[in-house]
Amino acid sequence: MKSNSSGFPVTPQGSKSGRVVVDPISRIEGHLRIEVELKDGKIENAWSSSTLFRGIEIILQGRNPEDAQHFTQRSCGVCTYVHGIASTRAVEDACKVEIPENATLIRNLVMACQYMHDHIVHFYHLCGLDWIDVTGALKADPKKAASIANSISPRKTKAADLKAVQDKLKAFVDSGQLGPFTNAYFLGGHEGYYLSPELNLIGTAHYLEALRLQLLPARAMAIFGGKNPHPQFMQVGGVTCYDALSKENLKQFRELITETKNFIDQVYIPDLLAIAGQYKDWTQYGGCTNFMTFGEFPTKGQEMDTRFFPAGIVMNRDFGDVQAFDPDKIAEHVRYSWYEGDKARHPYNGVTQPKYTDMFGEDRYSWMKAPRYDGKAMETGPLAQVLVAYAKGHPKVKPLVDHVINTLGIKVENLYSTLGRIAARGIETAVIAEHSIDMLNQLEGNLAAGKDQIIENIDMVDQAEGVGFVNAPRGGLSHWIKIKDKKIENFQLVVPSTWSLGPRCANKILSPVEEALIGTPVADAKRPVEILRTVHSFDPCIACGVHVIDSKTNQVHKFEIR
Amino acid sequence: MKISVGLGKEDVVERLEKKGVSRRQFMQYCTAAAVTLGLAPSFGAKIAKAVTSKLRPSVVYLHCAECTGCTEALLRAHEPYIQEILFDTISLDYDETIMAAAGDAAEAALESAVNNPNGFILAVEGGIPTADGGVYGKVSGHTMLDMVTKIAPKAKALINHGTCACFGGIQAAAPNPTGAKSVNVVLKDKGIVGINVPGCPPNPYNFVHTILYYLAEGKAPELDDLQRPVPFFGTTVHDQCPRLKHFEAGEFAPSFNSDEARKGWCLYELGCKGPDTYNNCPTIKFNQVSWPVQAGHPCIGCSEPDFWDTMTPFYEN
Repeated sequence: MKSNSSGFPVTPQGSKSGRVVVDPISRIEGHLRIEVELKDGKIENAWSSSTLFRGIEIILQGRNPEDAQHFTQRSCGVCTYVHGIASTRAVEDACKVEIPENATLIRNLVMACQYMHDHIVHFYHLCGLDWIDVTGALKADPKKAASIANSISPRKTKAADLKAVQDKLKAFVDSGQLGPFTNAYFLGGHEGYYLSPELNLIGTAHYLEALRLQLLPARAMAIFGGKNPHPQFMQVGGVTCYDALSKENLKQFRELITETKNFIDQVYIPDLLAIAGQYKDWTQYGGCTNFMTFGEFPTKGQEMDTRFFPAGIVMNRDFGDVQAFDPDKIAEHVRYSWYEGDKARHPYNGVTQPKYTDMFGEDRYSWMKAPRYDGKAMETGPLAQVLVAYAKGHPKVKPLVDHVINTLGIKVENLYSTLGRIAARGIETAVIAEHSIDMLNQLEGNLAAGKDQIIENIDMVDQAEGVGFVNAPRGGLSHWIKIKDKKIENFQLVVPSTWSLGPRCANKILSPVEEALIGTPVADAKRPVEILRTVHSFDPCIACGVHVIDSKTNQVHKFEIR
Repeated sequence: MKISVGLGKEDVVERLEKKGVSRRQFMQYCTAAAVTLGLAPSFGAKIAKAVTSKLRPSVVYLHCAECTGCTEALLRAHEPYIQEILFDTISLDYDETIMAAAGDAAEAALESAVNNPNGFILAVEGGIPTADGGVYGKVSGHTMLDMVTKIAPKAKALINHGTCACFGGIQAAAPNPTGAKSVNVVLKDKGIVGINVPGCPPNPYNFVHTILYYLAEGKAPELDDLQRPVPFFGTTVHDQCPRLKHFEAGEFAPSFNSDEARKGWCLYELGCKGPDTYNNCPTIKFNQVSWPVQAGHPCIGCSEPDFWDTMTPFYEN
């Protein structure tokens, strides 16, 4: 592998010019189509198109506000729970209810499980195969691989275990039934994959191990949540899971999150650093300009200024100037979406009239709207969260970011990239894993002190508005409710994937993923793994991002923001 | 017990023994699976044969109007675990959530899977948008409506995974803006009736054991009139609920913040839909640890048709 002056590998680049379409984008939640324009093997232009519309927000109208959490949670089963909590926070805001401290802690613990689960599965199962060549693992020397594994992690790895994985893999490939690996871009060799055979083997072994491991944070979530996905343990006012508070259940919860944390610290983070170390050229592509995060893990209700991760806005990568988030600066555009109209409007004063044209023209091309903040496209998610916390000198985030950039021999600026986004997700996971133990200690302390209330009874307000802000694993999420006669008059979701993966706005400003794709070299236009790398780095979750319409009446839905 | 028969099918029992799993343990596992399905224990031998056959049966999994929660639930499968199902038991030849290939390469994988001379089992997650010719849901330029109607007739068996595929699901709730329908309704003209494994999400146990039964027997288990396997959906949640004794004694929690709720009394007055819901949540549980009523929350009836309309408001009875 050739290196450039920074010591980074030189990214292979083909020579093709013209359009390339990837549809479906696999290994995501939902239905996404990406089209790019290549010039001499480099991406010059990009279009992100969401191809499914479901209409959950309109279905909510006229229903009971307490029921909203169950409906909105079905926006997404991958980032499950996050819509449930956003809706519940919105209704609590409307009802002005203060929830017990234990309810906040338990909801935070469930959220921590969601983050750990989601990010582990993203790293190994959703984005891993963009970087790891599973068949490349067959060429590895298991002894050498074990010695590498032992040099990067305190967890002991035996050569015999890696050899067993290699043998299983060989039998699988020889069977001719490749199952999920059928037609993978790496089959038969691909010059865009340059991980060493030993790291391919370690990565493949941990891909399989993580399929088993992911049961644990999900099971931990179910101890409080009743089930995963789609936990069912909240009501407006708190949580209902009295049974989970027994000593035995809390002990099991502690064991499950401890084992998960050990995997994160001893497998996920070392793998991330080792794999990133061989793809450092990917710190040069995929960066965005502006960042937005709502912060998460409040200590009181949903109050933003009590959150463990801080909220904030950063423009033009100026992390010396982290601004406060101002909801009034949001506007949603439909000029390039499959809706009537050209004007940008505040989300709750929006007009949504469907107008499906075609899969692609130079005009309207997505079921997603294009949210902008102060007119700008904003990246939200782990990178925004981690960079804002880093800029504010967060005591848990800063040392880990420094460790990652020092280990990789890169600068903080290199994190504005595809690789930086993936690294930030790992950093976020490790920090949350540690924080989850602290929160559990606090909960147990409260219970031991006889402070055991987990829910307040509430009276539904007759008429009110409310908002719930959540920083989900994919970034800033908000639900907005308007209640009239104790029923939902209007309900709106503004979700992370709309911010990151929507289309252009009326001012032709590209969405973050479209911006990120530009400038990326593509080695083989028929097998454009480079497109997948950047798209997957955002961890797309498309079902969440699709707005409401009423196709029958073309009804105009209005909602005034406070 | 961890059963993993290995990625390759020669000498399965010998290789299991090498891993410390005896033939007896393996057969016990298969027999337990048979008993779960309401079958004679001897049926275990058939299951053992099916899950160790040399050619892994091909499965094509389509994602339509859904949230991927059913797939996520399936990833939580336990004994057998998902990696064993994926790499030892079946050949998952198309599934957008898991597959490495994307774009044209994914489409080609689908094309070859549905033309596999050995046939394939089709699983569908999600409802099918039908309004305006189905434009509300597309994959690689084809409407979901087209894909399901073209692919289903070629499949050896059809399993509708989750309430959306079985009954239309949340997007079919009033006023159903996209004209979402269940898979069986969409395929009615073609005379194709899939097995329904509902739930939001379905317990992975129910889906996996439906597949195991099909692999062993080549047909569906006994179904009720909603095409749901009777072994899993034959009894109401209420009749299996550990809080049933409180219902019968008239002991109801009046609010969530009450001593009665704390004591685990019946949640009927808080809206529990257990009496109207056929599912095995109380006995099989989710994630091996709990289920909604154990978490102090009423059942919302998620495996019943149109529950988003017929079972709401969720907190009233």
